[in-house]
Amino acid sequence: MASLKDMRNRIGSVKATQKITKAMQMVAAAKLRRSQDAAQNARPYAERMASVISNLAAGITGEGGPVLLKGTGRDQKHLVVVSAADRGLAGGFSSSIVRAAKEHIETLQAQGKQVAILTVGKKAVAPLQRMFPGQIVQSFDLSGSRTVNLETAQPIAEEIARRFEAGEADVVTLFYSRFKSVISQQPSRRPLIPAAVEGEAAPIDLGGAAYEYEPSEEEILETLLPRNLTTQVLSALLENQAGFYASQMTAMDNATRNAGDMIAALTLSYNRQRQAQITKELIEIISGAEAL
Amino acid sequence: MAGKLHFSLVAPEREVFSGEVDQVDAAGVEGDFGVLPGHAPFMTALREGPVTVRDGNRTRVFEVKGGFADVTPQGLTILAEQASEAAAS
Repeated sequence: MASLKDMRNRIGSVKATQKITKAMQMVAAAKLRRSQDAAQNARPYAERMASVISNLAAGITGEGGPVLLKGTGRDQKHLVVVSAADRGLAGGFSSSIVRAAKEHIETLQAQGKQVAILTVGKKAVAPLQRMFPGQIVQSFDLSGSRTVNLETAQPIAEEIARRFEAGEADVVTLFYSRFKSVISQQPSRRPLIPAAVEGEAAPIDLGGAAYEYEPSEEEILETLLPRNLTTQVLSALLENQAGFYASQMTAMDNATRNAGDMIAALTLSYNRQRQAQITKELIEIISGAEAL
Repeated sequence: MAGKLHFSLVAPEREVFSGEVDQVDAAGVEGDFGVLPGHAPFMTALREGPVTVRDGNRTRVFEVKGGFADVTPQGLTILAEQASEAAAS
């Protein structure tokens, strides 16, 4: 049995841990609010972009059309972009994204497809390296940048586009965590190439009028699609960030509560032991006195 | 048609402007253009330049860098890479 002094030390250390987790929880809560706003503010742009593209895509019929939109028509080489967090202590945030990606990659490999992996965020690297050694072609580390903005997403999108144009990939899929609410983040899959023309963005009713394009339709699409790629990556990164802080907040809240429970249990047994010792000493004194 | 034009200017980080206005002038790659309520569907890439929003006798100017303008019967949307309100003139 641990001595009273050991128990006191133990209680002290759990209390110190509790203070840290409590502080982390509050920091995460503050950052969550900011990143949630950022994710929300970015939504109109992404939505408009999607509706503009689906509008344009509806206008392009038959053969041809930019490959970024339609894909190469092949389905052999897959590039899977896995975007997770850069830091830990956020419960199962990163591992749930990795798990979703792993299932997808295994299905593809079972079908005999070639899969390359591109990771964003430190926490995706190690588990994927273990599961699919040698298949990670590139890793982006975002821990250096404090905020997620267009400049963060740009190099990632450019790299994806470059690999696609170099023929290293026919299909590009992005894994990230969709921010549903503070208590619920869902690992999700988003097709990047070919661009998903989302069903929710219904084509706008033009009332019979024809669209006019300046410059031509193709030229607009050609500049718009790479930008759409960046937007898609950016919105995934923003959702990820909000989800990360939400997940961290929940995890740290739990940790704080667990530490509280532990302190209560330890204090109880500490007090019991202390009382038992006092009783024992009293008995010794009394029986000593009686012996006289 | 004496209605108003629904105009929204969105940048990747946020929606810069959204509301009902009388007229919007912008700089397209093939020339400047103005959009009034009821404009025909039209889409163009934008040059770097000012976007002027007129509503009644109020005028607001935004500096826009790269992007697209999309005119639909529902209104005008400008998707800009970068957009900020120019100093009040």
